[in-house]
Amino acid sequence: MNYFPDEVIEHVFDFVTSNKDRNTISLVCKSWYRIEKFSRQRVFIGNCYAISPERLIGRFPGVKSLTLKGKPHFADFNLVPHDWGGFVYPWIEALARSRVNLEELRMKRMVVTDDALELISRAFVNFKTLVLVSCEGFTTDGLAAIAANCRFLRELDLQENEVEDHRGQWLNCFPESCTSLVSLNFACLKGDINLAALERLVARSPNLKSLKLSRAVPLDTLQKILVRAPQLVDLGVGSFVHDPESETYSKLLTAIEKCKSMRSLSGFLEVAAYCLPAIYPICSSLTSLNLSYAPGIPGSELTKLIRQCRKLQRLWILDCIGDKGLGVVASSCKDLQELRVFPSDPYGVGNAAVTEEGLVAISKGCPKLNSLLYFCQQMTNAALQTVAQNCPNFIRFRLCILDPTKPDSSTDQPLDEGFGAIVQSCKGLRRLSLSGLLTDQVFSFIGKFAEQLEMLSIAFAGNSDKGMLYVLTGCKKIRKLEIRDCPFGNIALLTDVGKYETMRSLWMSSCDVTLGGCKTLAKKMPRLNVEIINENEEMEECIDDRQKVEKMYLYRTLVGPRKDAPEHVWTL
Amino acid sequence: MAAQGEDLNLEATELRLGLPGTAESEKQQTPPSGRSMKRNLIDVNNECGSDEEESNGSSAQKCDKQDVHRPSKAQVVGWPPVRSYRKNCFQKKAESESTGVFIKVSMDGAPYLRKIDLKLYKGYSDLLEDLQGMFEFKVGEYCEREGYNGSEFVPTYEDKDGDWMLVGDVPWNMFITSCKRLRIMKGSSEM
Repeated sequence: MNYFPDEVIEHVFDFVTSNKDRNTISLVCKSWYRIEKFSRQRVFIGNCYAISPERLIGRFPGVKSLTLKGKPHFADFNLVPHDWGGFVYPWIEALARSRVNLEELRMKRMVVTDDALELISRAFVNFKTLVLVSCEGFTTDGLAAIAANCRFLRELDLQENEVEDHRGQWLNCFPESCTSLVSLNFACLKGDINLAALERLVARSPNLKSLKLSRAVPLDTLQKILVRAPQLVDLGVGSFVHDPESETYSKLLTAIEKCKSMRSLSGFLEVAAYCLPAIYPICSSLTSLNLSYAPGIPGSELTKLIRQCRKLQRLWILDCIGDKGLGVVASSCKDLQELRVFPSDPYGVGNAAVTEEGLVAISKGCPKLNSLLYFCQQMTNAALQTVAQNCPNFIRFRLCILDPTKPDSSTDQPLDEGFGAIVQSCKGLRRLSLSGLLTDQVFSFIGKFAEQLEMLSIAFAGNSDKGMLYVLTGCKKIRKLEIRDCPFGNIALLTDVGKYETMRSLWMSSCDVTLGGCKTLAKKMPRLNVEIINENEEMEECIDDRQKVEKMYLYRTLVGPRKDAPEHVWTL
Repeated sequence: MAAQGEDLNLEATELRLGLPGTAESEKQQTPPSGRSMKRNLIDVNNECGSDEEESNGSSAQKCDKQDVHRPSKAQVVGWPPVRSYRKNCFQKKAESESTGVFIKVSMDGAPYLRKIDLKLYKGYSDLLEDLQGMFEFKVGEYCEREGYNGSEFVPTYEDKDGDWMLVGDVPWNMFITSCKRLRIMKGSSEM
C-alpha cells in the first residue's frame, strides 16, 4: 500500500492537524496506523475517565500536548459534589513514569493539587504551556514550582480557577534566566502580588504577547508594564482607578498610545468609569472586548466606549448595558461574531436589564453573529423567529431567561416555535441551551432539524418521555446531553441504550428516572459508567429501585468503573 | 442593580426548589393548556436547608404537586447557570463594600482589649489619634528609618503572615487588608 518511505508519509501526516482526520487516517491500514500513532503529538481527552493514562501512553507514546477535561459541565453551577473526582495527579504520575516528553497541558474542571504542579515542573524538562480553566485544588505554592522549574515556560494561563492564595511571592520564583514568556494570565488570583517582581518579569520577556493581571495590580504598575511591553496584543487590566489629573494617569495615556498591536482587552476588575477614556485610542483596533468582570460601569460609559470599537468580533458584557446599549453595539460593531451578555446580578431572578429587544437589534445589525450566550429578562417567539431569519450562521446559541419557565412575554405561549425557528434556520448549529416555558414540541423540532447538534442543555422543559426521545433519535451527532428538572423517565432513558456509546456523556438530575432504570441500563451496557450521585441517602440504607434518582451521570468508557469515586457516588 | 435591598439579602441567598416566579407573570393565572404544571412547584415555605456553599440541587424534598399558582420569587439551586467563580466574584465585591474591618486592639498593661473598625479611619494619623485617646497614651514621631521616636509606646500590628510589624510602614490601603490585630507595645524591651 505504501509507495513512499515512512518518513515521507509522516511528513505528509504533519499537515493533517485535526484529530478527527488523524483518527480517520489511522484506520486506512496497519502501517498508516503505526506511523500516525508514533507521530501524534496532540491528544484531546474530553472525559478523563473514558480512558486511562496508561492506555493513552500506549496508544500515543509521542504525545507532547494533552488536553484533559474532568467534571461534568453542570459542576460549574454547583450541581456536582465538590469531591466528585477529576484528579489530574495520576495522569501526571503516569506520564512522568513513562518519560513522556510532555510540553503542553490544558485542563478544564479538574482537581489539580500543588503536588501535581510540582511534579509537572520537575518531570517534563521541555514543559512550555500550562492552561487551567475552572480548576481547583492548588495554591500559589504550586504556581511557584512551575515558575521556578519550567525553564522554557511560554504560557501560564489561569482562567477562572479557585486558587488558594498564600503569598504574592510566586512571581519572584521566575528565575532571571526566564525570558521565554509569551502568555501570562493570573487574573483569577485574589491575593497580593509582588509588583516589583512583576515589572521585572515583564521587562525581561520580549516575546510577551498576552498579559492578564489580577485585581491587586494597580494602575501605576500597569503604566510601567505597558511602557515595557508595548508589543502586547492581549491585555487584562487589574485595577483601573486613579486620579485622572495625576502624572501617573498622563503617563498611562502616553504608554497606551504606543500599544499599536493591542487587539484584545479584558479585566477591569476594579474600575472607575472616569478613567476609561484612557483606552479610547486603542478601541478602533480592538477585535475582542471582555468587560463582563468589570463592576459598576454605567451603561452610558459602556456605549461611549463601544461606539469606538468598530472592529469588534467578540464582546462579553454585563446586562447593565441594557437594550439601548445593545442597539449601539448593533450599529457600531458590524463584524461582531460572538456576543455574551451576563447578568450583573447573578443571584437575582428576573432583574436583568436586557430583553428580546436587545437581541433582535443585535441580529439586525450584526449578521455575522455565530455564537451567543444571552441572559435576559424575557423572550418572545416573534423575536426568536426574527433572530433566526437575520442570523442563520449560529453555531452556538445559548439563551437563558432568568425565570426558567417563563413563557413568551407577549403571548404567554411556550417558546417552542421560537427555538424551532432557530434550529431550522441555523443548519450549522452545534451547541444549544434552552430556557423558558417549553413543551415536548420544541424537542420535536430539535430532533427534526438540528442535524449538526453536538451539545444540548435542557432545564425545566418538556412534558413527557417523548421530549427526550425526540432528541435521542433525531440528533445523530449529539455528544453531550445535560438535563435538569425535566419529566423524563425510564422509558426515555432505556429506549435506545446503544445511543449512549455514540455520545460522550449524559447528565440527568431531578428528573423521573429511577434507580431501577439506571441499574437496567448499567447492566445492558457494560462499556458505560452509570454513576448515581446521592448526597442525602446513606450508602447502607436499602434504596428502593422505584425511587427516583437525584443525579445520574453516565459516560462511555474503555476502562470500566473508576476507583476514585467518593462515598456518595456509586457506579452501578 | 437588583432592587432587593442592600441589607443581608437573605431572600436572595435562600435555597428553594420551586420555580422563581416574577411579578409580571402573576397575571397568568392558568398554565397553557395541554401542559401539566411542572413538578418542582413546591410550597414556598419548603426549603432545601443546605449551605449555599454546598448547594447540591437536592431533590429529596420535591413533591409532584399539581399547583396552579406560581410561587413567589425564589432561588433555584444552580440557577441561573452562571459559573460559581463568576457568582463568587460579584458576591465578594458586594460584601467588601458593606462590611467593616473589625480588629482587636491591646495595650501592654491595659486590663482589657478594645475593638475598632479600620474602615472608619482615613489614614494612620486618624487611627493613631483615636488610639491615643482610647488608651490614653502618646506615640512618638514616626520616621521611616527609626520608627517611633520620643515615647515608650510603639504601635504594632500582626499581619496575615503572623509577623509583628510596625504600624505606618506600608500604604494605608495595604495595611487595612493585612492587619489582623493591633498591639500597643510599651517599653524598649522589644528592641
